[in-house]
Amino acid sequence: MLKVENLHVYYGGIHALKGISFEVPEGKIVTLIGANGAGKTTTLRAICGLVDAKGSIKLKGEELIGKPTHEIVQKGIAMVPEGRRVFPNLTVMENLLMGAYYRNDNSIEKDLEWIFNLFPRLQERKWQKAGTLSGGEQQMLALGRALMGRPQLLMMDEPSLGLAPLLVREVFKVIKKINEEGKTILLIEQNARAALKIAHYGYVLETGRIVMEGPGEELLNDDRVRRVYLGEA
Amino acid sequence: MGIVDLFQQLANGLSLGSLYALIAIGYTMVYGIIRLINFAHGDVMMVGCYLAYFGVLMFRLPWQISWILAVLLTSLLGVSIYIGAYKPLRRAPRISALITAIGVSFFLESLGLVIFGGRPKAFPRPPAFDIGLNIGGVYLVSFTLWIPLITAILLVGLVYLIYKTKIGMAMRSVATDIETTSLMGVDVDKVISFTFAIGSALAAAGGIMWAIKFPQINPYMGIMPGLKAFIAAVFGGIGNIFGAMLGGFLLGMIEILVVAFMPSIAGYRDAIAFGILIVVLLFKPTGLLGEPLKEKV
Ligand SMILES: Nc1ncnc2c1ncn2[C@@H]1O[C@H](COP(=O)(O)OP(=O)(O)O)[C@@H](O)[C@H]1O
Ligand SMILES: [Mg+2]
Repeated sequence: MLKVENLHVYYGGIHALKGISFEVPEGKIVTLIGANGAGKTTTLRAICGLVDAKGSIKLKGEELIGKPTHEIVQKGIAMVPEGRRVFPNLTVMENLLMGAYYRNDNSIEKDLEWIFNLFPRLQERKWQKAGTLSGGEQQMLALGRALMGRPQLLMMDEPSLGLAPLLVREVFKVIKKINEEGKTILLIEQNARAALKIAHYGYVLETGRIVMEGPGEELLNDDRVRRVYLGEA
Repeated sequence: MGIVDLFQQLANGLSLGSLYALIAIGYTMVYGIIRLINFAHGDVMMVGCYLAYFGVLMFRLPWQISWILAVLLTSLLGVSIYIGAYKPLRRAPRISALITAIGVSFFLESLGLVIFGGRPKAFPRPPAFDIGLNIGGVYLVSFTLWIPLITAILLVGLVYLIYKTKIGMAMRSVATDIETTSLMGVDVDKVISFTFAIGSALAAAGGIMWAIKFPQINPYMGIMPGLKAFIAAVFGGIGNIFGAMLGGFLLGMIEILVVAFMPSIAGYRDAIAFGILIVVLLFKPTGLLGEPLKEKV
């Protein structure tokens, strides 16, 4: 589905991504784990065209580099950005409709119902300003908003960040469920354990390079990963 | 001052305030969406006036058609200014766009001078706007009522557009977070262009009615109303459209009433607005309805 090859990103003099390559096969959950500052967010931003990048990013064979963000999104990539970034002064309903902004089919109503089924709490708060939601509710809204675009590929940047452990579990359960319904997912996490548990395949990012890769289960049991990313002795 | 005089002055204040409000909205919408003070806005209003003028006197169009065409063409001018001058600078430091705005302002004024000539022209006032009325002893010319009426219709339409339509929703989301709006698959430049179109259309409507009230038009006519409308926008809380409306109406009222009650300072009329600006900046820099300034992400 998504194929990234030899991706480089520079911020002025900083070489943030030093030629990374990875793949997200259709129907799978792939995760990119790594410490703070490893380049995870930069990778997602490059895929969305929010930062200039060199190399190749192909969605179903079509090159995305150089395209403006809104076109990339319209081709079927949705992102739940770092820090959720819901529109605080828009209502919950309006936030969801923003997610479907570029669509002009007539199943938007049906998808709203699907989202409200997935997150009943959003339905209760439909007419509330998104800025008044709790952190967990905002995360669900950001996820619901991304799904409203009916993306082929859903990318999530640290969805568990800043959430209470109970909510983190809930969020990961939902991610798994969405995947089981057929969505392809690229998940970025510092919470490596939770991410690897649900991911089919994982990559480990260290200061702009991929240093390790393998099926989620395998990485979870890898000594080095356990020591460095799972905080085990 | 008698009660009759007071009503007279209130009506004048209302119509002047309407014009400030209409023009102030353009400043505040553009500021709200890209944090730019569009100093060319007053000059856009001037172009709108001339277009309406030529529509009637040169192309012999009925005034209604001529006004509507002038409003539409002025909104195109606003879009062209965005695409030509500001869009290339969207990622540049804010000061670059600000300097460019001043440049665009001079450009429009000079272009006006070349094309329209420097000599003031008498703007034709349609008969319907020129009827003398005596309402219980209050003498008014009919435009004094038309102006707030047309303004009210435009403002209701604007609020509907911003709060009840899809494009309005996108305008509000661009105003809070451009980047995330683009992640929704929205072509942000289209939304910003549309905002310029609306702001410029309202400026043209305000300008035409300005010329009905003060029927002498010249290429520099946009400067003073532009500045005052800008002050009105700051007064109300820049970035907030209700603030611009409130600020516009208040500024118009204050200006008229101060002069009416203190005729001795009538000569300093224009200074009132600047006095208000100084007071606002000192005591409530975010304006009457403004939210605490948040640096944009
Ligand atoms: N806008 C930016 N300007 C300069 N450097 C940046 C910018 N964004 C990120 N970086 C740098 O790029 C590197 C990768 O950052 P990021 O992709 O945010 O990492 P992660 O999401 O894995 O924590 C870091 O060294 C960070 O300091
Ligand atoms: Mg990050």
